[in-house]
Amino acid sequence: MAVVALKPYPLRPVDGIEHYHGDQLVYWSWDHHLMFAAPFITCPSPSTRVVDFLEATIRPLIAADPDADRVDWTCVEWIRDHEPIAIDVGKSFSENGIGHKDLLRFRTPGMNTLCG
Amino acid sequence: MDMKVQKAKLGLKEKYRLMTRDLGWTPSYQPHEKLYPYAAYEGIVIHDWDKWEDPFRLTMDAYWKYQAEKDRKFYAIIDAHAQNNGHLNITDARYLSALKIFLQAISPGEYCAHKGFARAGREFPGVGTQVACQMQSIDELRHAQTQIHALSSYNRYYDGFHAFIQMRDRMWYNSVPRSFFDDAMTGGPFEFMVAIGFSFEYVLTNLLFVPFMSGAAYNGDMATVTFGFSAQSDEARHMTLGLECIKFILEQDPANLPIVQRWLDKWFWRGLRLLSLVGTMMDYMLPKRVMSWAEAWEIYAEDNGSALFKDLARYGIRPPKGWKDAAKARDHISHQFMLAFYQWSFGTAFHGWIPSEADLDWLSSKYPETFDRHYRPRWDYFKKLADAGTQFRNVGLAKLCQCCQMPCVFTEPDDPTLLCHRERVIDGHRYHFCSDHCREIVEHEPEKYVQAWMPMNQLFQGTSGGGGIENWMRWVNLVDGKDNGDFVGSRDQRNFAAWRGMATSNNGT
Amino acid sequence: MSQVFIVLQSNEETRAIVEAIEQDNPRAKVTRQPAMVRIDAPEHLVIRRTTVEEKTGGAFDLQSLHINLVTLGGHVSEDEDELSLSWNH
Ligand SMILES: [Fe+2]
Ligand SMILES: [Fe+2]
Ligand SMILES: [Zn+2]
Repeated sequence: MAVVALKPYPLRPVDGIEHYHGDQLVYWSWDHHLMFAAPFITCPSPSTRVVDFLEATIRPLIAADPDADRVDWTCVEWIRDHEPIAIDVGKSFSENGIGHKDLLRFRTPGMNTLCG
Repeated sequence: MDMKVQKAKLGLKEKYRLMTRDLGWTPSYQPHEKLYPYAAYEGIVIHDWDKWEDPFRLTMDAYWKYQAEKDRKFYAIIDAHAQNNGHLNITDARYLSALKIFLQAISPGEYCAHKGFARAGREFPGVGTQVACQMQSIDELRHAQTQIHALSSYNRYYDGFHAFIQMRDRMWYNSVPRSFFDDAMTGGPFEFMVAIGFSFEYVLTNLLFVPFMSGAAYNGDMATVTFGFSAQSDEARHMTLGLECIKFILEQDPANLPIVQRWLDKWFWRGLRLLSLVGTMMDYMLPKRVMSWAEAWEIYAEDNGSALFKDLARYGIRPPKGWKDAAKARDHISHQFMLAFYQWSFGTAFHGWIPSEADLDWLSSKYPETFDRHYRPRWDYFKKLADAGTQFRNVGLAKLCQCCQMPCVFTEPDDPTLLCHRERVIDGHRYHFCSDHCREIVEHEPEKYVQAWMPMNQLFQGTSGGGGIENWMRWVNLVDGKDNGDFVGSRDQRNFAAWRGMATSNNGT
Repeated sequence: MSQVFIVLQSNEETRAIVEAIEQDNPRAKVTRQPAMVRIDAPEHLVIRRTTVEEKTGGAFDLQSLHINLVTLGGHVSEDEDELSLSWNH
């Protein structure tokens, strides 16, 4: 569908990857861990190794959750756009095919102290 | 005793005809379409504008008379409030957070409504509608002014009120009301009327003003009660205008039904998202509470709303698509938002706090199905962290919905343990949404929403003050350590306690 | 059956109006909340100028109701003598 307008009204996205200085947006959400009010928005470089980013940025963000210390990035189940995906955290975002504005959800079954 | 007053020379109906209809004319040196260039493009077909009538039959002379009276009453109370240190009569300084949100998020919306109705009054070809829209435009300007004026007396004493104009444009959570009104104002005149005049005024403002103002009275805030009721006395007219317009559009041509229904679906949902902020104000920010958000929703949305939609069913209108999901969210949203505001309070120009035991008990009793199960454990845990001196601050930035621009704090309609994630790729770009309904709105008119200026995304683009939290705070006019953070230990808390002590004893310093 | 309703500020001016509504609408239910009065009635509610005038002993212009009105629900119809609220179903 398209907007009803008197004149041509082209699509003009303002969040294209070209605005992010070589980096890209990636969203994160820890399923069933609602201590954190909303998914996180982050802006890593596509060439960063996923595990490096997880340890440097995501681990401190989730540290307040009582389950956080036990999260092992090599064991979590990853979901992208409602489908399970395999992520090799030792490789970079681009090597894993993780693109601009992807939302990565991770599941840690059996681990749920606070928000059951 | 014969009580008969002398009959007015003109009956109300006749006076209304003379002072509206008879002020119109048929253009002779310009074609009608050129005079009203926005009247047809939305697809709404109108055959006879004279069929539209204001059921109050209010004419400009009477309008000025009554509005002047309302303003006289308003300023008498505001003067008394200022002269008697009325700000010290509120139940507790925590309550000020609700007023700060109101001033930052709602009052600028009044000004937008003013602009929008001025435009609608120009663009609708019918004279009766033009007059009613002009009155409403002036009303809305009055609302913005009286609210700013009333709340300025709090700005003299407390933090967080000082930069509402800049914050309206720059503060992340204010992009929610801002995008709501920008969306309405960039629609055509008919969509604007259905959006603001009907969906917002009729279906939703009762939830905003009525219980909230009653709550203000309950909490000793005469300034707010006064602007609230003064504004609300106009709302009954606005609601009636909205309802009359809907009926008029639907009666004019059967082709109008699907267009109107789509707008209703859209604007009910957008309005609901906006008003979840009010739910938070009602459930958490009023130290003394009249009713919970869930109770207000039951009375003003479920009972009154279903009467309304039963009535409109004869035109083929059904309740808005999001109605069922709205009912499911009723017992969740206020908690989801307050938990969010608490953990993000370093970035808000109002204070957050952990509710007291008594307040938590009240919430448990008002939300028996959800609170103890889902929300109280989180508050208890936050309290444990705060008591241990390790207060929880969530320094992660939030994913925002491309439509309503809310941080995606909402859970799945049927699973309160899981955040609701929705996304869609449009023309090669990926977008995220808070709900099915927000996604559907964007899918229908992607041109409008792909250009949304999303505060969190912009931070990473480096546009909001030049990058970094300090630059951002300077840019939004947020004074760190004063406007933001936890209520406990805030300047507002200290000052209020000290001044109230001076007002109620002789131990002044 | 759907309820119509009207909410007025509670003050000196509306006291007589509320009494008049109660008299003219036996099925109306009056609820008092902080700073306001809510009146619900099944299907239909009417405010008559003459009844208000009987209560106050003075002239009453129905349109002055706007000053103290908080909100209402139902279709409005107004002339010099009465204001009514109703649903059409
Ligand atoms: Fe308003
Ligand atoms: Fe309004
Ligand atoms: Zn949304």
